Amino acid sequence: MRNYLSQAKLNKSLSILLISMSILFGTPSSWAETSKPTPEDIKKYLRPAEIPQPANNMITPERVELGKTLFFDPRLSGSNFISCATCHNPALGWSDAQPTAIGHGMGILARSTPTILNTAYQRFQAWDGRARTLEKQALGPIEAGGEMAQSIEHLIPELEAIVGYQSLFNNAYPDEGITKDTITKGIATFERSIVSTDAPFDRWLKGVNGVMSPSAIQGFKVFKGKANCIACHDGFNFSDNGFHNIGLPDNKDEGRYSIKPIKVLKGAFKTPTLRDVALTSPYMHNGQYKTLEEVINHYDRGGEMNMGNLDPNMKKLNLSQKEKSQLIDFLKSLTGDPIKIVIPQLPVK
Amino acid sequence: MMMRIDMKHIGVALATVLTASIASAAEYTVEQSNKSFVKDGQKVEQFTIQAGDTIHFKNQDPFFHNIFSLSELKTFDLGSYPAGEFKSVTFEKPGKAEIECAIHPEMYMEVDIQ
Repeated sequence: MRNYLSQAKLNKSLSILLISMSILFGTPSSWAETSKPTPEDIKKYLRPAEIPQPANNMITPERVELGKTLFFDPRLSGSNFISCATCHNPALGWSDAQPTAIGHGMGILARSTPTILNTAYQRFQAWDGRARTLEKQALGPIEAGGEMAQSIEHLIPELEAIVGYQSLFNNAYPDEGITKDTITKGIATFERSIVSTDAPFDRWLKGVNGVMSPSAIQGFKVFKGKANCIACHDGFNFSDNGFHNIGLPDNKDEGRYSIKPIKVLKGAFKTPTLRDVALTSPYMHNGQYKTLEEVINHYDRGGEMNMGNLDPNMKKLNLSQKEKSQLIDFLKSLTGDPIKIVIPQLPVK
Repeated sequence: MMMRIDMKHIGVALATVLTASIASAAEYTVEQSNKSFVKDGQKVEQFTIQAGDTIHFKNQDPFFHNIFSLSELKTFDLGSYPAGEFKSVTFEKPGKAEIECAIHPEMYMEVDIQ
C-alpha cells in the first residue's frame, strides 16, 4: 500500500513535471507538426517555375540583353544622365532608397520608386495601375517630363546613331528596326526576367528544416490569421493585384481614383509585392515609413480615414509586441538569394 | 357596343403583355469567388440577358469587393460589401455593360442586354 501510494505520487509528480515542460517548451512532436507548411500553404505560396510572357514578345536571351542594355543606358533620358536603373537600382532592391523618386533636374516626384521585382506577375503596372502591361508601362517614365524627359521622336534617331544598338535590336527583333515598339518590348522583356529567387520561406515550403526561425514561422501564422495581411498580400507574390486606401495619415494623392473615378479608389494604390521587402525601405507609395516596424505599427493602428475613404479590410489589430516582431521576422524571411546581374557594357557611338 | 368590345380586347392584350413581361424578367446570381465572376459554378466573362432582368452580385470571398460599371449604357457603384452579402442591379435598356471590381480590377465581365 505504501509502495503503491509512493508510485502513484511519483507518477503524479512526473505528470505535472511533463505537463509543465510541454507548456513551457511545447512537445517536440507538436512543434514539429505546427512548424510545417500546410498543403494549402505549399499550393498557394510556392514560387511558380514559369514566367508569364505575352505571345507577341516571348522572352529570348537576345531580347533580355537588349532590354538590359537599354535599362542601364542613361542616354534614354533627355539629360543623358538618368537611366531606368538610376531609380530601379539592382543594388537597392530595384528601387532607390529614397522616400519618393528623384527625376529630371533633381526634381522630387510625388511617389516612391516601386521595385521591378516580379512585375512579370502583376496584372497592372505603376502605383495607380495606369498600364496593363510592361510593354505599355515602359515608355511612361521615359517620356514623363518630371522623370526622364525624353520624347520617343528624339530617342529613336539617337539610338539609331549608335552602331552597337543596331545589332542588338536586330538580334532581338530581326528586321523590325529601332522603333517605339521594339524599345518598349526590349525593356519589358528585361524587366519580366527579374523574378524573385529562393528565400528562406521558399525553402521552408519545400520542406527544408531549420531555414525559418520559429519566430518567423509564427509570424507567418499571424500574417494569415490575426493580422489578416492576406486580405491584400496573398499568393506567392503577396499581392492581390488590387487597389486599396490603407489610411496613410499624410496621403494627399488620389491614386487609382485618377484612373477609375470610383469612391473606394480615392487614395487607393496598388498592393505591392512583399518579396524582398526588407530591401526596399522606405515604404508605402509616398515613402513615409522608414522601417518595417513603422509599417506594422501603421497596420496595427488600423489606418486613418483619408479623403473620406478607408479600405474596409483595415481595422485595429491589437497585436502584441511579440506578434509584431514575429511578423517582421516573417517578412525578412521573404528576402531571396541575391540576384546576380552583370552590368552591361553600353555600346559607344 | 363595338367600341366597348375593342376596349375590352385592348385591356386583355395589355394585361397579357404586362404579365408576360413581368413573368419573363429573370433574376441571375453572379458570385464573386476567388477574385472572379462566377455563374453556375463557372467563371463567366460574358453573358446575355434580356432587358428588365436583374443580376444579384454576391460576394463569396473572405474579403470585400466593390462592383461597378462606368458603361455608357449604365453607370453604377455598388460600394464595398463583405462575404455573404449581395447587391442587385436591374438592366432596363438593351446594350452592353462592362462590369468590374474596383478593388480587384482583373475581375471583368461583359453583360449583353437584349
